[in-house]
Amino acid sequence: MRKNLQEPFWQALIVLAISYVLLKWGIPYIPPLIGVSSAPVPQSVLVQFMLTVAVGVLVWVSDNEERWRRFKQPIREALVLPERKRVRVALLVLLPLLVGFVTYDTVRPRVDAPAGIRAVHPAPPTQIDFRGEPVRIEGAENPLREEGRIEEARERGFDIYYQSCMPCHGDYLDGQGHFAHGYSPAPLTLRGGSTIAQLTESYVFWRIAKGGPGLPREGNPWNSAMPAWEDFLTEEDIWAVTLFLYEQAGISPRTWEEH
Amino acid sequence: MNVKDLLLERKGWIVALLAVGGMLLLAFPLVAQYSVPEYGDDFPLIGSRAAVWIAAQVHLMFAAFVLGVPMFAVIAEAVSIFGKQDRYDRLAKEFTRLLLVAYSATALWGGLLLFLLTTLYPTLWSYLAEIFGASMWVYAGLFFIESATLYTYYYTWERWKRGRAKLFHWGLGILLNVWGTTVMFIANSWLTYMTSPPADVTPDTAPGMVQFWSAFANATWMPINIHRLIANAVFGGAIVAAYAAYRFLKAKTPEERAHYDWMGYVGNLIAIGVFLVLPFAGYWLGREIYEYNQQMGITMMGGFMSWLWIVQAFLIGVLFLAANYYLWIGLGRIPGGERFAPYTKYMLVVLVLGFIVWATPHSMIATRDELAAMGGTHHPFLGVLGLMSAKNTAVNLMILTTFLSFLMYRRANKIPTVSWARTGTISQGTILAVASIVVLFYGVYGYFVPTIVRIGFSVYQVLIVLFTIVAVLVIDVLIARGADTRGPIRWGQMPERSQYALFVIVVTFTWLMGLMGFARSGIRQHWHIWEVMRDTSPHAATPALGYAAQVISVCVILFLLMIAFVFWIGGLIEKPQLVPQETEDTDAAELGPGYEPSLQPATGD
Repeated sequence: MRKNLQEPFWQALIVLAISYVLLKWGIPYIPPLIGVSSAPVPQSVLVQFMLTVAVGVLVWVSDNEERWRRFKQPIREALVLPERKRVRVALLVLLPLLVGFVTYDTVRPRVDAPAGIRAVHPAPPTQIDFRGEPVRIEGAENPLREEGRIEEARERGFDIYYQSCMPCHGDYLDGQGHFAHGYSPAPLTLRGGSTIAQLTESYVFWRIAKGGPGLPREGNPWNSAMPAWEDFLTEEDIWAVTLFLYEQAGISPRTWEEH
Repeated sequence: MNVKDLLLERKGWIVALLAVGGMLLLAFPLVAQYSVPEYGDDFPLIGSRAAVWIAAQVHLMFAAFVLGVPMFAVIAEAVSIFGKQDRYDRLAKEFTRLLLVAYSATALWGGLLLFLLTTLYPTLWSYLAEIFGASMWVYAGLFFIESATLYTYYYTWERWKRGRAKLFHWGLGILLNVWGTTVMFIANSWLTYMTSPPADVTPDTAPGMVQFWSAFANATWMPINIHRLIANAVFGGAIVAAYAAYRFLKAKTPEERAHYDWMGYVGNLIAIGVFLVLPFAGYWLGREIYEYNQQMGITMMGGFMSWLWIVQAFLIGVLFLAANYYLWIGLGRIPGGERFAPYTKYMLVVLVLGFIVWATPHSMIATRDELAAMGGTHHPFLGVLGLMSAKNTAVNLMILTTFLSFLMYRRANKIPTVSWARTGTISQGTILAVASIVVLFYGVYGYFVPTIVRIGFSVYQVLIVLFTIVAVLVIDVLIARGADTRGPIRWGQMPERSQYALFVIVVTFTWLMGLMGFARSGIRQHWHIWEVMRDTSPHAATPALGYAAQVISVCVILFLLMIAFVFWIGGLIEKPQLVPQETEDTDAAELGPGYEPSLQPATGD
């Protein structure tokens, strides 16, 4: 056993097995032990990670002539030596069965919707039509912030948020509102550095104003249940709630590039 | 040789061709599932857009080849003149010979593109011609001059081989590069105008009223120029390496193997060495696009095109792994290389982790259950790896790791004799360690500052990496002065699998060119010219990524098949001569003082 552990072939298999265990179960279960939230890794990403590890392992076993020879040795022995006939027969039966099973499992009819590809952020239009009036999105700043009405806007945004947005996006702005579990995909968290922190306020204004129905045609289907809030709120209301989101989440909106 | 013998000799090829043909035949029912729209003036079967797309892409690949290889040739010729190493001269000539055929292919595909544009998209062409007409005439004129320079350059190679004539000949090589680069700059202005026309040009602006220079030197023109210039050098080096790999695998004598092993090394060195700075040029281009129009920027990086960046990360990860793999295997043919072998596994861990971080999508492909478990498309733990802070950090560490592999390769057979060798080596290690810490620091700190500040951090990361590469290399060159050797590099004693790494590199580069070219062009979406001229054809919709990947793959296969033909024709024109070389021909920087002349190729043809 100990001798086998020093052989590249078995070392490679062990590295692959440990990597799989870490990626499959380590990522979802270890971070919560130290208070960091996590979740299982989607199958598509798991396959991608394992493929990368497998390529790395292949590079390692073959970047040195001696190691490559030793790596191939058990494979060659299993395929050639008369005393390994049982192993050979077992491999000849098990490997095609495994390939067959994976193929079957991949193509068998399912009732689930297929895994969807989704863009990070849809590209915003240069200008939108807000209740018949043009509103420039490209290069626009939040007028309430510019006019120095931040406190007033924050309070107004607070009211609007708790009347209209909280049921889905949650009291803590973490996408965990009362209705959140009824949606797939779930409502967006507005906290952290990876969502609205990456966007300008005019982008967020556009998303609130036009909601799911106003998402661009490219990249469909978006599967968004977000209403088009221009039907219920005024332009100033939406700017106010936009400002509130950033203030409440404690993050700064993205600013425009200097020309 | 009768037909039967010929068939028997080529039976491997015939079986391979039949197998490929058979597979294509089997794939036809799959192709038939796609509905192919037919329109009045549409190009048959594949449609107007795909026709123009394929012609433009293959033309571009050939153009990159005919611009990249002269750079390679003129540098090799300079080494032969100023370093007095004739084998570089032969290398330069061998590649200029391939250019003769490749130029025709470039022109043919360019002509095809022109005809397709004028017949399928006449309105767009008329518009562009009205603005850029004068530059189009200059472009055609330069092509004449460039061709004449190429033919003179190649056919005077033997005649102007010594003394001042050789310098003049080298001057022709430089001129060839100047014409080629100018031609590229001109064509770049037309296509960048389509992406970033000047802000004062509107749909109502008559093309005749557009100021020529503001249209020519538009916002993305210079970033594209620089990006393509660097990429062409990379591509030229990669093609040279692939050609050498092909010849290496076909070689029948140790001399041939030694020559093509060396050639593959030089090609790969240029390709990967220049490639290390390419991401910085690409970053500049991306930033210019963002500055010009954020909508286009978001489409490219966060919107519809964002998945291409995951594919790109995957392919560049493959490039890094293949390049390091080639260097690590190469250590086996250098006496003293075994000293570094134990460290490669740690470097591999950095590369694999970097690869994983770089290719982790921000928004993941997930089933309904997986989405529910994650609470959306952002993974609560891995989501942080989807941001540019993580990705920039990963790629910079991968660049430093690859550079370290190159350093090990350089150092393998040398025994430094300078008194400060140990101090120098410690300094190199310190600089590399500090650079890695700085890169990591900005990567982590980026999560705690506003986005616009974080973007600026990537500049610091780039600068420290560039500084490290230059500083460490300078120290290494100084340490190597007058160094003793542990023995000559055993050129040709390279396992055959190493050569496939060179093929992987060139195929990946070619694919990347197509994919990222699509990203650059596709961000215009339904506009021929951004917010100036709409695409009103039935193909105005942005193609799906799967379809785009298929079209690009077809382009890559077409190009590689034709380039294989160029290699074959190039081999027919002139067979390489491999005879022992003069003994003063040494190159401490790359070959080590133990370089073995008897294994080296001929000095002339």
